[in-house]
Amino acid sequence: MTHSLNRITRRAALALAIGAAFAAQDAAAQAAKYGPGASATEIKLGQTMPYSGPASAYGTIGKVQQAYFKMINDSGGINGRKINLISLDDGYSPPKAVEQVRRLVEQDEVLALFQTLGTPSNSAIHKYVNAKKVPHLLLATGATKWGDPKDYPWTMGFNLSYQSEGQIYAKWLLKNKPDAKIAILYQNDDYGKDVLKGVKDGLGAAASKMIVKEATYEVTDPTIDSQILTLQGSGADTFIDITTPKFGAQAVRKAFDSGWKPLHILNNVSASIGSVLVPAGVEKAVGAITVSYYKDQNDPQWKDDPAMLEWRAFMGRYYREGDPKDQSNLYGYLAAQVMTQILKQCGNDLTRENVMRQAANLKNLKLPLLLPGMALNTGPTDFFPVQQAQLQKFTGTQWQLFGELMSTDAP
Amino acid sequence: MSEAARNRKLIGVLLLLALACALPFVLANYRVFQVTLVLAYAIALLGLNMLTGYNGQISLGHGAFYAIGAYTAAILMDKAGVPYWATIPVAGAVCFVAGFLFGLPALRLEGLYLALATFALGVAMPQILKHEALAKWTGGSMGVVIVKPEAPEWTGLSQDQWLYFFTLLWVVVFFVLGWNLLRGRIGRAMIAIRDQPIAAQAMGVNTSMVKSLTFGVSALYTGVAGALGAIAVQFVAPDSFTIFLSITLLVGVVIGGLASISGAFFGAVFIQFIPNIADQISKAAPWALYGVVLIAFMYTMPSGVAGMLRVARARWARRRRPAPRIDPIPPVTQRSET
Repeated sequence: MTHSLNRITRRAALALAIGAAFAAQDAAAQAAKYGPGASATEIKLGQTMPYSGPASAYGTIGKVQQAYFKMINDSGGINGRKINLISLDDGYSPPKAVEQVRRLVEQDEVLALFQTLGTPSNSAIHKYVNAKKVPHLLLATGATKWGDPKDYPWTMGFNLSYQSEGQIYAKWLLKNKPDAKIAILYQNDDYGKDVLKGVKDGLGAAASKMIVKEATYEVTDPTIDSQILTLQGSGADTFIDITTPKFGAQAVRKAFDSGWKPLHILNNVSASIGSVLVPAGVEKAVGAITVSYYKDQNDPQWKDDPAMLEWRAFMGRYYREGDPKDQSNLYGYLAAQVMTQILKQCGNDLTRENVMRQAANLKNLKLPLLLPGMALNTGPTDFFPVQQAQLQKFTGTQWQLFGELMSTDAP
Repeated sequence: MSEAARNRKLIGVLLLLALACALPFVLANYRVFQVTLVLAYAIALLGLNMLTGYNGQISLGHGAFYAIGAYTAAILMDKAGVPYWATIPVAGAVCFVAGFLFGLPALRLEGLYLALATFALGVAMPQILKHEALAKWTGGSMGVVIVKPEAPEWTGLSQDQWLYFFTLLWVVVFFVLGWNLLRGRIGRAMIAIRDQPIAAQAMGVNTSMVKSLTFGVSALYTGVAGALGAIAVQFVAPDSFTIFLSITLLVGVVIGGLASISGAFFGAVFIQFIPNIADQISKAAPWALYGVVLIAFMYTMPSGVAGMLRVARARWARRRRPAPRIDPIPPVTQRSET
């Protein structure tokens, strides 16, 4: 008797438990909202990357991000959902990017686009994704035009924007060298003018007094020697160098060899030690200043930093074929962490509208690979996640941070 | 060709056209967009085939004419507000002049030397487009964004479907024109110059004129294709027209079948879809896979897809009735002319 009663209660309990489980699931299903590309088990993201073609060195960013989401999935995904990042090759060709992004949006039906790389490719899809209302998030390019929520409410960049970078140099000069006589060399295209605008905005009323000479060059120019001599002739003592790597190396060399030796502010695009400073001659770059916003894995001061050790462990386990010296692998990991945070914040409301709302709702996000004290913030009218940075000086062997963290206003 | 055979062929073409008209209603918009690009490429390939397949001149720089056509359309729409449909003839005319002028000095160059000269043009084009003197119109390295044309209200079509039909119309126009050109006196002169230049001259063919004109017409076709492609993609930038595009076009011509009109479509399908398929199979080495497919095609179909179909059709016809059937436009490997 007791035996059968026991059995009955056990059965009842089981039934109750099953019922409760169903009820809970029902409640969850009711609460969860799904847009295209999202379900109870999966979130689909899409991106195009230059795996082939002239910019294929950046393809590693897409690979490290796929490895990152594999790690996230191995540890249970985000809010119980696995991340499926569909990463397609665009060969750095804008028409191919359009085709692949249309595939991602119309055929694969991804929830959002993440870290599509390159200014030309992103320009080509800018209008399309905004017409289709697909979140176009954390683009891997520094152009300032990606932070325009009024006209393009579905697009948000990631990098410290070119204008912010220019502003930071200007602010630092105003404070630390207010009587500087500035000469500026910039590449004559959208990128060069973008940084230049930041510098001028940052200097404000002092711009006309402090900037004594400007010179430009074309990407097609063989050298910039004559421009450097012109700038030197102006009597400037400070040189803001807005160039891409090949010209950056030439500028470092010529500004030194000509005997000018100004305070050399070298923009971040050309701050690579391996591809700019070594070819130019490291001894000629001593004292050069540039900007940075995340930790550099080649900098010995971060050797035993916990975040760096975690990143190295990840590289060893999930992306062994990747080069741990390549900054792109750290950059891609960092961007994937931001994307993870956005999806976490979305909770069970995985609609495209909410993804965009959460992307514009990053509050004081302190990621351990960012420089100490830095935080990412966005808002409905602020589509620039990275707005702080610190200056660093070249010692002859490495970049060394100095001064304090600096912030810029949204351009 | 007998009357019956001609009728059969006409019916076949009409059937294909009906199929092409039905296509955008069964495919998703993204696929329609891809097929629109295939159609644009087909026009470019027919143009290059006139030069390379029919006239025997090798061009490694037709991507440059594709770029000129694309930029002509983009600049006219963006800076001058010209409606998209009106840009196509202008793009063709500009490219015809550019091609004709380039063809004049290039005439002194034979075979591989011409290939190198055109290669130089193709390599230089992206940098020319970035040049500061042109940047006011070309937008420099940032390119030009084009507004996608809306379908007229009465059609009830989506933008992609409308652009597809718009492109299809130009395909029909240019293939009919090309068919007439290649089957007529000029086409025969082109082939004669390819096969026996001295004999052709002796027969009274104005060799240099025909060669320059072929270059011009070929550039015209490619330019029209570039304009159509630009309108479909809605964006032009120097990075869209690297030397790789020129090589891709040549690959398309050879894969489709040299000296074949229908080959242009097979080649266009190949250059549009094989890279995507290769990318899906292998992320690590898509272009190695592409190379393998390319070699496989060349090995199994030495005269291109169109050539293989022609052989297959001839075999089938021979089995049905033993009378030999000779195609009026033979592949390059056969030197007989009827």
